[in-house]
Amino acid sequence: MSATGAVRTLKIDGRDCSARPQATILEVARENKIFIPRLCQLEGLSTVGACRLCLVEVKGSNKLLPACTTTVDEGMEITTSSEELASYRRMIVELLFTEGNHICSVCVSNGHCELQTMAQRLGVTHIHLPYRYPKKQVDASHERFVLDHNRCVLCTRCVRVCDEIEGAHTWDLMGRGIDSKVITDLNQPWGSSESCTSCGKCVQVCPTGALFEKGRSVAEMEKRRQFLPYLTLMRGERT
Amino acid sequence: MSRKRLATVWLDGCSGCHMSFLDMDERLIELAEKVELVFSPLVDAKEFPPDVDITLVEGAVSSEEDLHKIRLVRRRTKLLVSLGDCAVTANVPAMRNPFPVQAIYDRAYRENATLMQGTPHEVIPRLLPYARPVHEVVHVDVYLPGCPPSADVIHYALTELLEGREPELSARTRFGA
Amino acid sequence: MTPEELEDIAQRERETQREFPQRVNVCVAAGCLSCQSDAVKEALVKEAASRGLGDQCQVKGVGCMGLCSEGPLVSISTGHLYQHVSARDAGAILDSLQGSLVEQLLCPTDTPFFQRQKKIVLENSGTIDPERIEEYIACQGYHALVKALTEMTPQQVIAEITTSGLRGRGGAGYPTGLKWSTVAKAVGTQKFVICNADEGDPGAFMDRSVLESDPHRVLEGMLIAAYAVGASQGYIYVRAEYPLAIARLKTAIRQAERLGLLGANICGTGFNLHIELRLGAGAFVCGEETALIASIEGRRGTPRPRPPYPAMEGLVGQPTLINNVETYANVPPILRNGGAWYAQIGTEQSKGTKVFALAGRVRNTGLVEVPMGISLREMVFEIGGGIPDGKEFKAVQTGGPSGGCLPRETLDMPVEYESLARAGSIMGSGGMIVMDETSCMVDVAKYFMDFCMTESCGKCIPCRVGTYQMHRILSAITDMSAAAQDLKLLEELCDLVKHTSLCGLGQSAPNPVLSTLKYFLEEYQAHVHEHKCPAGACGVKMLEKVDA
Ligand SMILES: Cc1cc2nc3c(=O)[nH]c(=O)nc-3n(C[C@H](O)[C@H](O)[C@H](O)COP(=O)(O)O)c2cc1C
Ligand code: SF4
Ligand code: FES
Repeated sequence: MSATGAVRTLKIDGRDCSARPQATILEVARENKIFIPRLCQLEGLSTVGACRLCLVEVKGSNKLLPACTTTVDEGMEITTSSEELASYRRMIVELLFTEGNHICSVCVSNGHCELQTMAQRLGVTHIHLPYRYPKKQVDASHERFVLDHNRCVLCTRCVRVCDEIEGAHTWDLMGRGIDSKVITDLNQPWGSSESCTSCGKCVQVCPTGALFEKGRSVAEMEKRRQFLPYLTLMRGERT
Repeated sequence: MSRKRLATVWLDGCSGCHMSFLDMDERLIELAEKVELVFSPLVDAKEFPPDVDITLVEGAVSSEEDLHKIRLVRRRTKLLVSLGDCAVTANVPAMRNPFPVQAIYDRAYRENATLMQGTPHEVIPRLLPYARPVHEVVHVDVYLPGCPPSADVIHYALTELLEGREPELSARTRFGA
Repeated sequence: MTPEELEDIAQRERETQREFPQRVNVCVAAGCLSCQSDAVKEALVKEAASRGLGDQCQVKGVGCMGLCSEGPLVSISTGHLYQHVSARDAGAILDSLQGSLVEQLLCPTDTPFFQRQKKIVLENSGTIDPERIEEYIACQGYHALVKALTEMTPQQVIAEITTSGLRGRGGAGYPTGLKWSTVAKAVGTQKFVICNADEGDPGAFMDRSVLESDPHRVLEGMLIAAYAVGASQGYIYVRAEYPLAIARLKTAIRQAERLGLLGANICGTGFNLHIELRLGAGAFVCGEETALIASIEGRRGTPRPRPPYPAMEGLVGQPTLINNVETYANVPPILRNGGAWYAQIGTEQSKGTKVFALAGRVRNTGLVEVPMGISLREMVFEIGGGIPDGKEFKAVQTGGPSGGCLPRETLDMPVEYESLARAGSIMGSGGMIVMDETSCMVDVAKYFMDFCMTESCGKCIPCRVGTYQMHRILSAITDMSAAAQDLKLLEELCDLVKHTSLCGLGQSAPNPVLSTLKYFLEEYQAHVHEHKCPAGACGVKMLEKVDA
């Protein structure tokens, strides 16, 4: 690794880019207006590399690497789109659609949903894998918010924002594999949570209609995320 | 130039896609010069005819009747278009899928029925275990998502197909659009 | 402890041993224990006492002797081995120490099962009492540690390991010397060594056996590693399902601490290492190193993307060396005999020996240690004794849920990391399951997929949903309800999950499917197109379902 402090130069899709050390490929791509799909990552939160949509090819590596967690290196050559990557990304989005029950037409987030937008952007016109149709619960016990497990994509943004920004750590995960789900406190109804401060940050960072404000009807739930860059800037912790 | 033979069918859907089709308004007249509507809930034809060039399907495949219908349609159609989210994803009809069919019948015809409680057997086609997207049952050539897809998109898709081109739809419509 | 003091303990122990002209060793590792070998041992002790043989005949519990399928096993000082021993046989066995052997219990040891093995990791298994540190010391135990601490620099230790060509036995086969030197060079406020004893592959019990039979060897390996990389704190992450291994490790740690071989200022050299146990709660994925570290830290055991590798940023963000039980167990003999000695065993790229848990449709099942490069044919037909009941060999599965099924054509292939990988399987941690003609390969693939699906941690989408989808298709195939395009879909999913999953679990989950698709495609096709199971396995199950 080259000395910290020095600017890194690298190529993304053949374009010369410069980056500060410790920057991730995703950050550099964004600065250079190169689109890399992402779902679990959200600026201001820690990265987990879970959704795998941001996988890119890096010359010299025989594995695809997540752009959101891979930091740049001097001389790196990155390819962000190829037929292979495109088909993997489409398939990952398709898998999400088969996993839960995503009925866009009746969803509060219709038109404002990152999953829906991603599907369109990646050219997913239909799901060629069979749907699972799981029976999932809706927790409407909180006085202001609702959690609909049918629409959850397990990105864990809610878990991270609650822990890292709000500091309440109300959210967590339980179960394994396809049975994983987000929970509040120790799997208690959200409305009975003693740790929840009702700040609503989880609702705002959720990419789909899984977390929404009560009283919103179809297509009415637009998420507001301005607080995140603001808070991180104020804290000066993460950049 | 001979007119292409166009058909539309209505499976388990709300007819919204057909309404959107009608929303093409005056463009329908221009369309009528290029196609002959040989079968549709909008015209008076009793039987699905052979040698159809393009069929637009609205709705999910939910009942045994849907299943028979779509298989026949597929056999008699060159280009099958899944029109709207119900055909493409099973959409709202699929919301029953997490539940067993008997529970659906009980809810609809017993718990919520005030008159004549009991599952009807003769008049209503039997439900399949799942409401399914059309392409899970027969081969589909073109996917036109949206709930409903706008008249513009339907018009665009039909125009392209009639010109022998493959419509580029993902930029123009999406699930839930 | 000086080298002289250590030698003293060894001498004294050897003399004590010599005082007993007669010795009876009873296996008390988990395999034989499960057939009541503890009762056998008790009966022998009681019988010896009642005959007044207390100071002539020593009866002791020892670790695994390997041929677990024939347990309980008992060996006697005349060099003979008895199998299927029960408590009733105690008298006859004691008689046989001087008189004639108990013919009906004799287990022949001139067979390939015993003769083809080469024991390095298991050199003490089945001969020493795992609960007494003196016995380990008498077999040159802790000599390598004292030698390293008093005569070698950390760099020299690493050089010796590098020369030996030792590669990680936990699955991936990463060069151990290279890993050690990375951790040694890494900068941190504190360094850690971790022993991965989470052994989760179904059917694998190599690590458990080593821990139960010779726990001090693993401690010594960890101590040497810690000295080499500069670590002062160690953890052994062992599955809670291994209570006996845990108990023996605890005993071993206490004994080593008492002798000043573990803890603070070891052997008066100023080198410190404290070792603690951490119990795994049974998630397979917690064997993955980053998940294991998360689990030790008290967080949910899910993997994270690497890099950074644990060697740079591991436990609490500090440089951490993580090796498998068997990897550590190889270290003391390497230091004792030199890296060059080890490097002449095995093949060009795979040095030394490997312990395998041989299971399935072979005559001899159990634990074997063989030199790398032995052929699969020798494993199955010589050591394993061939296929019982006149059945035909069909495939051998290596590497557990991350591995693949290798057919007859590959039987002459050497067992080493690269060859196995080229053939579509992996060495893995050492599971080896032999299958005969009655096994349906689709069913086998489904079994392993079921395992991966249930054990997926759920963090990344390809593994979480992809394994579910693959399992669904495999179930449809074995139920004879799959459609022709399902095979294509299955291949597509394999490709996706292999190349996009976050950790090794997902990346290798398609292997059992890919290898069976490669070598046994006709079995898949028969299910899909003709609704027939060539092995007759799936059809039978369908009938059972109808009956039930
Ligand atoms: C899903 C999964 C499970 C694993 N389980 C184990 C295990 O039970 N024991 C083990 O030693 N290594 C296991 N590994 C490998 C470890 O991540 C790691 O590579 C190993 O402990 C390194 O030690 P070595 O270099 O001595 O092999 C597993 C890896 C994966 C991906
Ligand atoms: S590959 Fe599977 S086990 Fe590994 S992180 Fe992804 S979901 Fe978890
Ligand atoms: S955004 Fe990188 S893995 Fe999800």
